[in-house]
Amino acid sequence: MAIKKRADSSAAKGLHTELLHTMLLQRRFEEKVAEAYALGKIGGFCHLYIGQEAVGTGVISMLRDDDYVITTYRDHGQAIARGVTPRSVMAELFGRVDGCSKGKGGSMHIFDRNVNFLGGHGIVGAHVPIATGVAFAIKYRGGNQAIVCFMGEAAVNNGAFHEALNMAGLWKLPVIYVIENNKYGMGTAVERASSIKDMYKRGETYSITSAEVDGQDVLAVRDAMATALERARDDYQPTLLEIRTYRFMGHSMSDAVSGTYRTKAELEEYLKRDPINLLEAKMKTAGEITDAQIAEMEKEIGLVVQDAWDFADASPEPPLEALYEDVLVETTSG
Amino acid sequence: MPLITYRDALNQALREEMHKDDRVFLMGEEVGVYNGAYKVSKGLLEEFGEMRVVDTPITELGFAGVGVGAAMVGLRPIVEFMTWNFALLALDQVVNAAAKMLYMSGGQFNMPIVFRGPNGAALQLSAQHSQSWESWLAHIPGLKVVAPGTPYDAKGLLKSAIRDDNPVIVLEGEMLYNIKGEVPDEEYLIPLGKAELKREGDHCSIITSGKMVLVAMQAADQLAKEGIKIDVVDLRTIRPMDVDAITTSVKKTNRAVVLEEGWEICGIGAQIVDYIQRDCFDHLDAPVIRVHQADTPMPYAKALERAAKPDLPKTIAAVKKVMYIEA
Ligand SMILES: Cc1ncc(C[n+]2csc(CCOP(=O)(O)OP(=O)(O)O)c2C)c(N)n1
Ligand SMILES: [Mg+2]
Repeated sequence: MAIKKRADSSAAKGLHTELLHTMLLQRRFEEKVAEAYALGKIGGFCHLYIGQEAVGTGVISMLRDDDYVITTYRDHGQAIARGVTPRSVMAELFGRVDGCSKGKGGSMHIFDRNVNFLGGHGIVGAHVPIATGVAFAIKYRGGNQAIVCFMGEAAVNNGAFHEALNMAGLWKLPVIYVIENNKYGMGTAVERASSIKDMYKRGETYSITSAEVDGQDVLAVRDAMATALERARDDYQPTLLEIRTYRFMGHSMSDAVSGTYRTKAELEEYLKRDPINLLEAKMKTAGEITDAQIAEMEKEIGLVVQDAWDFADASPEPPLEALYEDVLVETTSG
Repeated sequence: MPLITYRDALNQALREEMHKDDRVFLMGEEVGVYNGAYKVSKGLLEEFGEMRVVDTPITELGFAGVGVGAAMVGLRPIVEFMTWNFALLALDQVVNAAAKMLYMSGGQFNMPIVFRGPNGAALQLSAQHSQSWESWLAHIPGLKVVAPGTPYDAKGLLKSAIRDDNPVIVLEGEMLYNIKGEVPDEEYLIPLGKAELKREGDHCSIITSGKMVLVAMQAADQLAKEGIKIDVVDLRTIRPMDVDAITTSVKKTNRAVVLEEGWEICGIGAQIVDYIQRDCFDHLDAPVIRVHQADTPMPYAKALERAAKPDLPKTIAAVKKVMYIEA
């Protein structure tokens, strides 16, 4: 017993260290993104994930390589958590040819076939039926993978969400819908947009098992995913998770962090539950990490992020011929 | 050669392609148990089972999206819309997802998907059920759009659409499902993007597609009796359009009538006329004339509906006008 316990605690330490590393990498990466945006190296709409890292990290850390992930325009953090390289994400943001989408998609459209990352999608709610179709394909082939579909809480008010959940409940499809309830859709607070306060309850009317999860606690997110994945793999059953979180930055780069639709006081309250600090504190209490080790990790991540920037900066812009490429594929009909 | 209906030609295409490739499946409202709202999918549920012939709820946006997702991971969905009027609810998936996925993913995710169903007016179905959407759909880079006008073309074009690795829109015609034509027993495909010269003549070109091919052929028959010989260019595919076929014909006849089922403003015909003026300016002996639906919603009353639709008398009158023949 004692040995098992020791093995358990060292496994836990390894896991926690890995989760911390993944979250910290996303955080430092996006801080760098904000810097690049201010310098004009990144353009267009750009939505940061800062504050919500435990959601994507907890969910994705539970997946197998052959599972699928699909998400919204707020996609950098999840892409990195899934294993899209910081270099190719940064190059995409810079609009360069070495970006994961060859500089054609930008911040909102990170795609990477190599890790079954099915994209950042820009139309609120529209990727929810698409995720459902991936789940349909999994069942069609008799596989036991799952697809995770991340969305903001505002997507729940969109018809595509309801149409998709109805089919997933009706046909029993292996999809896990993850609502990241960060309390706001742009400047509209959830209670000003939704007739119900608890988003997870939307699952009930579609016979979909649902749960509410603390999204600042990466381990709680993992626990919720464990049962959801079992249902998907063993029984082709969908799950709806409402994961409560908060974004620490504005909606996009042009939005002030606070002052218009939310108060500074509210923001400060939520900053106390920074998911990275929470995990660090837990690990320190358990003796799983020291300040020196955290500093070491920060240093290593700093190098990775700087390397991503340097790589993106050195990557060429797409050649003008690329304008007309990838509109259609040469077809192999016959 | 066997004489079969347009409906059966489509049914054969679906059946053959589903036999050939088990990644192909059909999805839509009433496609299974009911055998298809227009019986195009008759017998397919029995033959292929409910995983491959999927009856959906009335949820166009939702099931179009399911098709997109399935195509993204390698299945080859055929999404049937009961009519294209209802597909309007699904256009976000067609336009923002299917047509864009390859481009915005930098070439990583192609979309081998077919969206099909009847387009345009039938009889006395009035405003919401009688619309022609070809110019809306053909406007979008990333889509292919085909509009078969005969049973032979319906089968050959649908088979090619299913085998294409891109999103293909197939515009059928409710009024065409019952028409008969020769369809060979042997397998054949019709290449997308190629027009067919359905009738040869050197006095005037009629450029058209889909349901209007029938009208153009009737016009050519009648005019032949008066000694007027018509070149009938059936586009078959609206996007990508076979511009060469159009300009070759017009350079030969020096006169053109462009016949389409939909509305005039920003219609397909406007695009065709643009190609003609760019390439055939010095060859034209008269301004090109367009025949199209009246610029109103479709009325219900018989006489009004007749007045609204492009038809044989209007087409003949247009040909005579470009030929400066007194009516
Ligand atoms: C269909 C649609 N309508 C409006 C928009 C503009 N828009 C982009 S993000 C957004 C808010 C979405 O909020 P939420 O779903 O909660 O996600 P969050 O941004 O909080 O992650 C809006 C209105 C859009 N992209 N798509
Ligand atoms: Mg939100």
